[in-house]
Amino acid sequence: MFRILEKEALNPTVTRMSVEAPLIARKAKPGQFVILRAGENSERIPLTVAGCDQANRSVTVIFQVVGAGTMELNALNVGDCLHDFVGPLGRASELNGLKKVCVVGGGVGCAIALPLAQALHDQGSTVHSVVGFRNKDLVILEKEFAACSDKLVGMSDDGSWGEKGLVTAALESLIQAGETYDQVIAIGPLVRMKFVTAGTKKSNIPTVGSMNPIMIDGTGMCGGCRLTVGGETKFACVDGPDFDGFQVDFDEALHRGSMYRDFEAHAREAECNLFNQEVENDA
Amino acid sequence: MPNMDPKKCPMPSQDPIVRAKNFGEVALGYTAEMAVEEATRCLDCKHSPCHSGCPVGIDIPAFIKKVAEEDFTGAYEVLARSTTLAAVCGRVCPQESQCEGKCVRGIRGEPVAIGRLERFVADWHRTHATEAPQKAVPNGHKVAVVGSGPSGLTCAGDLAKLGYAVTVFEALHTPGGVLVYGIPEFRLPKALVQSEIDTLTAMGVEFQTNMVIGKVLTVDELMEDLGFEAVYLASGAGLPSFMGIPGESLNGVYSANEYLTRVNLMKAYLPDSRTPIAKSKKVAVVGGGNVAMDAARCAKRLGAEEVTIVYRRGMEELPARKEEVEHAMEEGIVFQLLTNPVEVLGDEKGYVKGMTCIEMELGAPDTSGRRRPIPKAGSEFTLEVDTMIMSIGTSPNPLLRNTTPGLDTDRRGCIITDGADGLTSRPGVYAGGDAVTGAATVILAMGAGKQAAAAIHKYLQSK
Repeated sequence: MFRILEKEALNPTVTRMSVEAPLIARKAKPGQFVILRAGENSERIPLTVAGCDQANRSVTVIFQVVGAGTMELNALNVGDCLHDFVGPLGRASELNGLKKVCVVGGGVGCAIALPLAQALHDQGSTVHSVVGFRNKDLVILEKEFAACSDKLVGMSDDGSWGEKGLVTAALESLIQAGETYDQVIAIGPLVRMKFVTAGTKKSNIPTVGSMNPIMIDGTGMCGGCRLTVGGETKFACVDGPDFDGFQVDFDEALHRGSMYRDFEAHAREAECNLFNQEVENDA
Repeated sequence: MPNMDPKKCPMPSQDPIVRAKNFGEVALGYTAEMAVEEATRCLDCKHSPCHSGCPVGIDIPAFIKKVAEEDFTGAYEVLARSTTLAAVCGRVCPQESQCEGKCVRGIRGEPVAIGRLERFVADWHRTHATEAPQKAVPNGHKVAVVGSGPSGLTCAGDLAKLGYAVTVFEALHTPGGVLVYGIPEFRLPKALVQSEIDTLTAMGVEFQTNMVIGKVLTVDELMEDLGFEAVYLASGAGLPSFMGIPGESLNGVYSANEYLTRVNLMKAYLPDSRTPIAKSKKVAVVGGGNVAMDAARCAKRLGAEEVTIVYRRGMEELPARKEEVEHAMEEGIVFQLLTNPVEVLGDEKGYVKGMTCIEMELGAPDTSGRRRPIPKAGSEFTLEVDTMIMSIGTSPNPLLRNTTPGLDTDRRGCIITDGADGLTSRPGVYAGGDAVTGAATVILAMGAGKQAAAAIHKYLQSK
């Protein structure tokens, strides 16, 4: 069960993995997520579905190796099995009726933005994609975005790929150049989403943010993923993960996202030490 | 001649100071000698009121008689006729308001320790049984059970005994529901829950974990595509409530569900756990039920110096089992009663640093029959805490009602059933446990599972 069928490094820290999960592959829609555990004692990691393949009955996820949990996941290879893989969780993104959309992705968030851009393209919407990375070595999914976008704007922090600058600036240029959108979909680091929505609010373009808070079960049971949206408490796992960006309290979400930073740093170090030991033992 | 000691044979238990620092079981269980001695306190009275006090109808005098005769295998056989989870019930049932509450010996002195005896027999059986549980002859019918908590397990067990092919679907990665994610190791060892699940597996029940019904498969798909002729919905009441006061989203505010799930299911108390939990010094747990006691006692064991139960009513109104309250007090949990939080206070980094509370007084009884707490104007004070655990109740998860057309639910989101049989507004779909009643006890959920199993059997045999 949950066998890894494909694994590919998209850049030095981002991995794409296809996992055999026929029931989920049949059901998952863009915007939904899965929760997986690499091994029996691993933590539960929520990851947005990056794609489904009905033919080989698999679900694709894309993740950045940021902590102990994702390091452990990344140590698995084709043929290995994940201990747990549950989904599809959350609500699917609401894309019906959207004629022209700007999809804004930052970093590994582009992995989540891509299936939305593809679904919009498939339903005949006009898709503008604005994708940003720190530098050219970290660029992922460029071809895939090009294939489903009517316009693709690439940005990098240092100018080594595409234009130099942030995705917010690129989006603003598009709007100033007279582009109008039914909706902007922002996916990426919280800070980036916060500034994208601050920008689109000025021109009053409906903006949806895809939230990825800390969670455990993903079915509404723990309440750890709660956010304040329009003054109300919402659970990202069952009410989201997509929310009206104008209503989300991003500052609060930023605080909540950093709750276990110390623990995570410690766990990452421990996992690195373990890994180094293994390398030494093998050598 | 019955043993006329007015008191129960005491339960050996870990010293409070020692146990407040470990997750080992608090109560250690009777020895065979203690069990036999306690069993002889039963008068074997003719009308046996204890029997009617048991939601799953265990023939209590009969099993106690077997214990007194030192026939522990026979005692287990009596238990097994009515329950598949004796080792669980013996530990977590509120006996004082059920079987033991009706015991004649309780009129003058303490009732017979029925719960402790049940636990002894179940534990004895687990360590001494040599025969594998029997598989019934298959009757060719398939039933799906949604949720592997106490209600689902009971229903599955009863149906398996009747020859049904039962599949239990569990959303989490480990079966057991609240027995695994909610009730802590020191009150209910997880190996014991697993052993009960292994017994059901040996009886032919199939468990499928990581299956969120309503998402990966709907109830309609279970019935139409996968050929299940009946479905029992026992998905519990998993959605945590918050108070709606300012500051509840600060870092360090947990729902009891989240706190307990991190500790119990994800084993955050073990040093090598991958799942983090706050390292707290001063913890407030808001609420007075069993879940609040569990959360408070977990916090203590995780190293908190000061753990306070903050409850808006008084000692007498605490909804928790008496034994849990006593154990919590022995372990040094502070009870700040007639107190309610009105605001959570945070530091500049967004972490909890305290809570503003208001004193309460009790007025006239409300609809629940308990006296209504009323805030005392001007009595606000600050309680310094770095972690706050909200344990003020849960409600049923909306996943099933949102994805099952024609399934009627009430205003609170509880599934509406037609009487004790548990039949919902959908033919062939039954429901029970917390999904129907809202948050209640393990044993009531088991009782509902039992009745639904009987109703499903009747329905499928007459079809």
